[in-house]
Amino acid sequence: MSNDEAIKAQFEPKIVAFFCNWCTYTAADLAGTARMVYAPNVRVVRIMCSGRLDPQFVLAALREGADGVLIGGCHPGDCHYQEGNYKALRRFTLLKSLLKSMGIEQERVRLEWIAASEGDKVQRVINEMTETVRQLGPLRLEPTIYNLIEDSLLKIPETATLAKGDEL
Amino acid sequence: MSKPKVGFYWCASCGGCEEAIIDLAEDILPVIEAVDIVFWPVALDFKRADVEAMPDGDLAVGFINGAIRTSEQHEMVELLRSKSQLIIAFGSCAHLGGIPGLANMFNRQEMFDEVYIKSPSVNNVEKVLPSEKIDIPEGKLTLPSMWDTVKTLDQVIEVDYYLPGCPPPVNLIKDALKTILSGELPPNGTVLAPDVALCEECSRRDSKPEDLALREFKRPHEIIIDPQQCLLAQGLLCLGPVTRKGCGAACINVNMPCTGCMGPTGRVTDYGAKALSAIASSVDSKDEKEIAEIFNHIVDPVGTFYRYSLPASLLHRHYQQAKSRGK
Repeated sequence: MSNDEAIKAQFEPKIVAFFCNWCTYTAADLAGTARMVYAPNVRVVRIMCSGRLDPQFVLAALREGADGVLIGGCHPGDCHYQEGNYKALRRFTLLKSLLKSMGIEQERVRLEWIAASEGDKVQRVINEMTETVRQLGPLRLEPTIYNLIEDSLLKIPETATLAKGDEL
Repeated sequence: MSKPKVGFYWCASCGGCEEAIIDLAEDILPVIEAVDIVFWPVALDFKRADVEAMPDGDLAVGFINGAIRTSEQHEMVELLRSKSQLIIAFGSCAHLGGIPGLANMFNRQEMFDEVYIKSPSVNNVEKVLPSEKIDIPEGKLTLPSMWDTVKTLDQVIEVDYYLPGCPPPVNLIKDALKTILSGELPPNGTVLAPDVALCEECSRRDSKPEDLALREFKRPHEIIIDPQQCLLAQGLLCLGPVTRKGCGAACINVNMPCTGCMGPTGRVTDYGAKALSAIASSVDSKDEKEIAEIFNHIVDPVGTFYRYSLPASLLHRHYQQAKSRGK
């Protein structure tokens, strides 16, 4: 098996999720207390409002090794701060068009409205997104640990087997 | 006591930064009185060997403009780094990558194809591309190698200060020279310009509405631009709210929107993302389709928001799968 295939076979997507305090984070909490099982690939960051999400956060997450970014906010009309989620929607729309121009797959960044009662939606969206990003493969912004692997500074022996979920 | 020595060098740049030094006009005289210019390829006949012969740290200041994209530029700036006590990244290209940095939307292969083969004005039937080595009867000739990715100066060597702008405004150059000659140096990494957004010094500031409520974006050739009113309020994409002041709103004074050459203020990491954020949040719509329709008028988001700062952005360059990446 080549190094490339080895990486792909052992690939577990890393997804950074920015959830708003009032709806989506509460929904994730509900999913947890209800013992709903979902993919362990998401690292949740709680922000007060999806309108607090600076597009720099998304780019920084991708730069630092995230393969995808999920943003969760209150449904339109439900924002705790009245208008924050609309701001998030506008920024997200323009950011997506920028990412497209930069050659980054659109599916790596996703915005979802998830209300505090929608624990099952948290479960579904996280599972879906993990599978989508798994299909896309790792995001290899240069220079990353993956470049180092390719440059054989950190060669994976061909026989090496990583346990599923192990970090490269 | 001998005068401090300074050197100027240019990398991937247009020569505008050199012009900016000429724009000091008669104010260059006190500069020459205070310092010895011992290296300045664009204006004076000194060679690389002259720099190599200097002891380390011999130059008080090395001013370097232009982005870094060839092995030769890399060697030269490393040489200047070792010979200079202070290195100043001079102008947008050295600071953030500048216009040449937009080449990071492509790779070397794509650029060579376009420039040497596909361009309509080129007749290159044999498809000859520049090569780094060629053997001729007299011996081997070499050319510097060109990189896939354009870099900012501080991605290649350590930089002490930055002079922003395309080119840096004359008054900022003067202030910088004064500061350096005074010996009272600001902390390392300082951008030698005010740390406030351009709107603050814009003459149209009072006509900027509290809520911009943008409904559509227009390009300068599409409308007759009112010379008094805030350009954003007229629907033009003016990046003044996210750009560092210090230029005296030079473009806005001649009725053109700010394109952001001075770069971000000190608390911003990624200029383009912040500019995008500021513009997007000022749009007046809550409807997904309508928002997408409004942003369709921004035909080139990368060229608009990262016009001078693509190599310095968090993404650095157009993303390519490892396999399609050239070397």
